[in-house]
Amino acid sequence: MKNTGEKIIEGALAFSGLITILTTLGIIWVLVSESFSFFQVVSVTDFLTDTEWTPLFTQKHYGILPLLTGTFLTTAIAILTAMPIGIAIAVYLSEYAPKNFRKSLKPALEVLAAVPTVVYGFFALTVVTPFLQNIIPDLGSFNALSAGLVMGIMIIPMISSLSEDALHALPKSLREASYGMGATRFQTAFKVAVPAASSGIIVSIILAVARAIGETMIVAIAAGQQPILTLDPRDAVETITAYIVQVSLGDVPHGSLAYKTIFAAGITLFIFTFVLNNISFWIKKKYQEKYD
Amino acid sequence: MTKLNQNRIIDSAFKYFGIFCTFFGLIVLAIFIFNILAEGLQRIDWDFLTNLPSRRPAKAGILTAWTGTAWILGLTAIISIPLGVAAGVYLEEYGKKNRLASIIEINIANLAGVPSIIYGLLGLEIFVRTLNFGGSLLAGAFTLALLILPIIIVATREALKAVPKSLREASFGMGATKWQTIWYQTLPAASGGILTGIILALSRAVGETAPLIVIGALAYVPFVATNPMDEFTVLPMQIFNWVSRPQHGFVVNAAAAIIILLLITFIMNGIAIYLRNKWQKKVNW
Repeated sequence: MKNTGEKIIEGALAFSGLITILTTLGIIWVLVSESFSFFQVVSVTDFLTDTEWTPLFTQKHYGILPLLTGTFLTTAIAILTAMPIGIAIAVYLSEYAPKNFRKSLKPALEVLAAVPTVVYGFFALTVVTPFLQNIIPDLGSFNALSAGLVMGIMIIPMISSLSEDALHALPKSLREASYGMGATRFQTAFKVAVPAASSGIIVSIILAVARAIGETMIVAIAAGQQPILTLDPRDAVETITAYIVQVSLGDVPHGSLAYKTIFAAGITLFIFTFVLNNISFWIKKKYQEKYD
Repeated sequence: MTKLNQNRIIDSAFKYFGIFCTFFGLIVLAIFIFNILAEGLQRIDWDFLTNLPSRRPAKAGILTAWTGTAWILGLTAIISIPLGVAAGVYLEEYGKKNRLASIIEINIANLAGVPSIIYGLLGLEIFVRTLNFGGSLLAGAFTLALLILPIIIVATREALKAVPKSLREASFGMGATKWQTIWYQTLPAASGGILTGIILALSRAVGETAPLIVIGALAYVPFVATNPMDEFTVLPMQIFNWVSRPQHGFVVNAAAAIIILLLITFIMNGIAIYLRNKWQKKVNW
């Protein structure tokens, strides 16, 4: 009697775990089924090679490239901002800073990641863009630059925290050997510790890229909604995510081709983040416990 | 000798560069918060909190937005907490070596990396269309619950992992069953860590905008939601809507609403950090 009760409980718990699998299957099913009917109308070749994306205009084109360059541009700016700062923070906290300092600063940095992204979007549009316009006069009021920069600030803690963990996990003997040879902290940090922890640092950067690609509100607010094929950071661009927002806010009838475009855009986004996440997973598995 | 000096200079120069970088993000955030307070603080008064949305910025309030946020917070908590904690307990206490558990584990790592807007597409097809919830609070809460489920599961597992084996063994020794041990011993011992994770996850849900836009949450809702099937708006949606308008009055409104939203997220994060510190002190068994 007691045993059946235990079995029922275990079953209920296992079912809760299964929900997460159903979520994944649901995401894949939704994206694949809706984009499947999209690709029955629009050929995959057009989708990947057409340089115009105008599903909401009368002259319709379905080339994802402008959305990809928009996404690529904002992501690249964000990573170029966050990577040097994030790695410098990680090196400083693990190799230079006193222990107490490190302990209290790590959670403080997490605050940057706790701020809602719509707030960052407001910041990019109303503070950063006007400020940058003083320096770059022909900067549009919507542009990839300030959206990317602000997104970079948001993902600093992602890179700094994971990279610091990787540096912190290195055995002490490695550093002591370097100091014993007369190296400075800087030399030890960048010639010994960072190369030794490189897999962890690379993982942090890949995850940050995945995060930046999927980020929505900052780019929807500050980068604009013009799907133009450009790599000029001063221009307004539209990312994949911003496009999904644009269509969702409008009155696109359910089941129409324009409605299905958000799923075609969504599956493109999903593939990118899925591949990046799995690469990071693979690196983590492969290089884990190198020093144990 | 000069080389040696040069090395020393580089070494201490990097120290200051490191300090600068560490505080860079926080300084930018401080500038931003100062900016927002300067812009929005004078706008916050009783009317702002109790007025319905309006076309005129000076008359518009956030009543529907913050009540919507409260609804979403409550419903998302009701849906996600039991599921997340149960799944965490299963993975940590039951499924140590079986195949299902390891598949679920890899799957959760993957789900945590899926962009939030993709959850919006899932919610749109499953909850809004297939289950016919429409753009209701319920559809929004289910979507956000799935989004934060991985965070709660991981936090539950971490907290359970920190509970020493001896506690479980003592309970088994007294003749308790596995579930009795979990319910009366392990879960209460891990509750501080689990609660921290739950609050952090819910604070994430409060700040989410993108998935709610996709499932069709509205920017303009002229009534306060009274049941889970009502249409709704939330604070981030209201902010997004105001930011996109040209009149300066709405930008001031957005700044004022951001102050309220940041207050909510910072209080939730503060409680979580406080609980974590308290629990970590206690947990040194």
